[in-house]
Amino acid sequence: MTDTPMLDVRDLQMHFPIGGGLLDRLRVGAGGIRFDNPVVHAVNGVSFKIARGAIMALVGESGCGKSTVAKTIARIYKPTAGEVQVEGEDIAGYGFADLLPVRARMQMIFQDPYASLNPRQRVRDIVAEPLLEQTKGAQDRKDVPRRIEELLARVGLNAEHAGRYPHQFSGGQRQRIGIARALSVTPGLIIADEPVSALDVSIQAQILNLMKDLRDEFGLAYLFISHDLSVVNHIADQVGVMYLGFLVEHAPRDVLFKRPRHPYTRALLSAAPSIKEKRDTEEIVLSGEVPSALSLPSGCCFRTRCPFAWERCAQERPVLQDVGDGQTVACHLIDEPERDKV
Amino acid sequence: MTGFFASEFFHNYRRSSSAIIGSALMVVFAFAVIAGPFLVAQNPYDIASLNLMDSYKPPVWLPGGDAQFWLGTDGQGRDVWASILYGARISLFIGLVAMIASCTIGTLLGLIAGFYGGIIDSVIMRIADIQLSFPSILIALFLMSAVGTGVDKVLIALTAVGWVVYARTVRGSTLSEIEKEYVQAAKVAGLPNHKIIRKHVLPNVLTPLIVIATIQVGTFVLIEASLSFLGVGVPITQPSLGLLIKNGFDVLFSGLWWTSVFPGVAIMMLVFGINLFGDFLRDELNPRLK
Amino acid sequence: MTDQPLLSVRDLRTYFHTFSGTVKAVDGVSFEIGQGEVMGLVGESGGGKSVVGFSILGLIDSPGKIEGGEILLNGKDLAAASEAELREVRGREISMVFQDPMTSLNPLHTVGRQMDEVLRLHTDLDAKARQTACVEMLESVGISRAAERLKAYPHQFSGGMRQRVVIAIALLARPRLIIADEPTTALDVTIQSQILKLMRSQIAEKGASMILITHDLAVVSEMADHITVLYCGKVVERGHTRDLIEAPSHPYTRGLIDSIPDTENRHERLSQVPGTVPDIRNLPKGCNFQDRCPRAQALCAEQEPALAPQHGSLYAACHFPLKPGEAA
Repeated sequence: MTDTPMLDVRDLQMHFPIGGGLLDRLRVGAGGIRFDNPVVHAVNGVSFKIARGAIMALVGESGCGKSTVAKTIARIYKPTAGEVQVEGEDIAGYGFADLLPVRARMQMIFQDPYASLNPRQRVRDIVAEPLLEQTKGAQDRKDVPRRIEELLARVGLNAEHAGRYPHQFSGGQRQRIGIARALSVTPGLIIADEPVSALDVSIQAQILNLMKDLRDEFGLAYLFISHDLSVVNHIADQVGVMYLGFLVEHAPRDVLFKRPRHPYTRALLSAAPSIKEKRDTEEIVLSGEVPSALSLPSGCCFRTRCPFAWERCAQERPVLQDVGDGQTVACHLIDEPERDKV
Repeated sequence: MTGFFASEFFHNYRRSSSAIIGSALMVVFAFAVIAGPFLVAQNPYDIASLNLMDSYKPPVWLPGGDAQFWLGTDGQGRDVWASILYGARISLFIGLVAMIASCTIGTLLGLIAGFYGGIIDSVIMRIADIQLSFPSILIALFLMSAVGTGVDKVLIALTAVGWVVYARTVRGSTLSEIEKEYVQAAKVAGLPNHKIIRKHVLPNVLTPLIVIATIQVGTFVLIEASLSFLGVGVPITQPSLGLLIKNGFDVLFSGLWWTSVFPGVAIMMLVFGINLFGDFLRDELNPRLK
Repeated sequence: MTDQPLLSVRDLRTYFHTFSGTVKAVDGVSFEIGQGEVMGLVGESGGGKSVVGFSILGLIDSPGKIEGGEILLNGKDLAAASEAELREVRGREISMVFQDPMTSLNPLHTVGRQMDEVLRLHTDLDAKARQTACVEMLESVGISRAAERLKAYPHQFSGGMRQRVVIAIALLARPRLIIADEPTTALDVTIQSQILKLMRSQIAEKGASMILITHDLAVVSEMADHITVLYCGKVVERGHTRDLIEAPSHPYTRGLIDSIPDTENRHERLSQVPGTVPDIRNLPKGCNFQDRCPRAQALCAEQEPALAPQHGSLYAACHFPLKPGEAA
């Protein structure tokens, strides 16, 4: 077993130009003609590593860029900057042909069980698709039907389901089909984009248990995107917290939940409703709304809602600093802890 | 097959009078077109079988009518009923072929424009806009002056205008489908773009086209009739229903109405039937949110 | 607080007659809400919870129909009321907050106009008084520069702000009952926390009651005084929140609570409710939950259990209910 991490992401950046064609972007005034170039700063320099068989969760609220990170790593988008190393190989700039063998090592499961399966394809074709792209000869493909049966059984469906269409299944079953599809190429890394968010609580538990079992059995690593902290608490080894495209805190799970340091993480943890009667964490209430990703605030991206912000926060963007126990935090409060009073 | 008869579609079909009437008209027309010419004694385009003594005979229920030609004859002694059956063949042939050509070209361009976006999309859509500003009549006129009349020229004129609606519709559907996660999953599975378009996007954008295609056949029949009426459509050797109307038009005001009116009625029945059935299809195929 | 409940729903049945069968979305549901109380209505998606809310307001369209039961608002039966009578009630006595604020606000009208409309329909205030009322209400839901914001369109607000506007509209005519259908499900957790606080304070301040429809047990445990649990269109358990959360007697409720990942006592595997919800057009004979219930026995396939009192304030429909402290 080598030391190379399954996934090593370095300074990942993903910016999306919006604003249409030349004619749409034309602006006249203030002494001339210019072409606007508005850009959505979805991901702004994110770095982390995932070891083999480890589960890393990325949490944050809508607009924080976590889904974009997932899709950029999966090369649905091409990163505008940074490296994505899959078992040591940087795939950030790869073209279609180079990416194909990588697809056998990295697959994805999606959030919406109703949109992630082609309504016109039968289950067996859906599940076989990644595998068929990897096996070209008739000889190699002989085994595919048997493999499909095995996969369906492994995720808790049976052989008669193979001939049916997605609309004949429930949300939880569709997620299972999606998982079977991802497993078909025996990947080492599965990127899971909010895989249980659209499911009812009782079904969530089933799917989370299944994902954990598969990890134990196949040594899978997961990049698990979620906005639900209780789910993350259950399944993750490492947790990264994102806000406006930045990674603001990163720590092993237990450390993050017991000693969150970044004000946003603390607010997030205290805002989550809990079924328990008492709450021990002091509640940090955030004011205002998330700023637009079209124009990021200067300095720290979180300062517009942070109860502790002061002048330095507007001038200087904080970088991730190691505060021990494997925890890194990007916040000026680390340097000036005396300002940390509610 | 039994599944179809038990389906909701068939159930609603049975309860919809417009659907039944519409499809009945279409079936009658199709039957007439296929089997008709074998049922009439006279081939109106075989000069040898014509008899000038039979010219301008009125329909059988009017004085002077002849039971042999129940809808009357034209100036050359051609049986109006037989002319309609032969003419309908041509009209329908043109309508169907032009529709298939438009659908194929339009769908392909719409898929490409929607999937790839950017400059390809802009170019295709601008061409579509320009295309629409040319009435097919103008295109047919141009073609006629350049290369003469003919069924193929009519087909080109119709297709040149007809593809745009498919391209626009398919582009819109494509834009919405490629945002869906199953398309992203296909990308992650390693499918090349052309396979994604063919296997995933195309099957899911076809449904609205069924209605468009059905109704377009009727539209094309009408446009072709107008073109022929204006003399820039089919040649005299292959008269469509439109050309029949034109031929009869010259003598319309002398009281010899049947050579013009009956072909007109035939067109009307066909298009009406298509529109009725098309309306039913549109309501049925409309995805209803549960 | 009077003894007479504000809303009393008795044996409500709302069925949908579709081509592929009759869907008994709500099949004999009964509950009561007193003045100033918050009731949580929980259950799985498709379990009929939203249909209960729509039925109360008479917003069920064909192929759905209220087949039976009574909906008594202060003694008046809404199920038998005419459309004209229902229009009087909607917005005035009972108002509704929907899940998706973008589709529940008209994108073509300014916020101010939509708020004004409610007041024009249900009160006698003149234009100036209406304007003042709207400004005050927007401020009380936490929207600053309210007078200016009244002239804005819904798309100019963010999701959380829009939901505040929707709540403001729901509260404007001072209704006695608010039906909130998954009001925070589409919102981020920090915004959700703000909105829930807001709803709690507004209800307390104005003495209104609320039905909070959601599948999120955690939210309902923080907001509701008592909870009604629905499964496949029937009430399987109801009672005071703390009693239900701490010692539920119905195995389904127990399964739901156990499925929630617990931050304090983490187990390797989450306890799960096995299987899936049965096809609502094809419900089994006897108890609807039998196929997924760890305690099911022969009787459960024969006879449908009726709601019976259990320990504390709880009522459950189960032949073999859990006793406090008993493991499932």
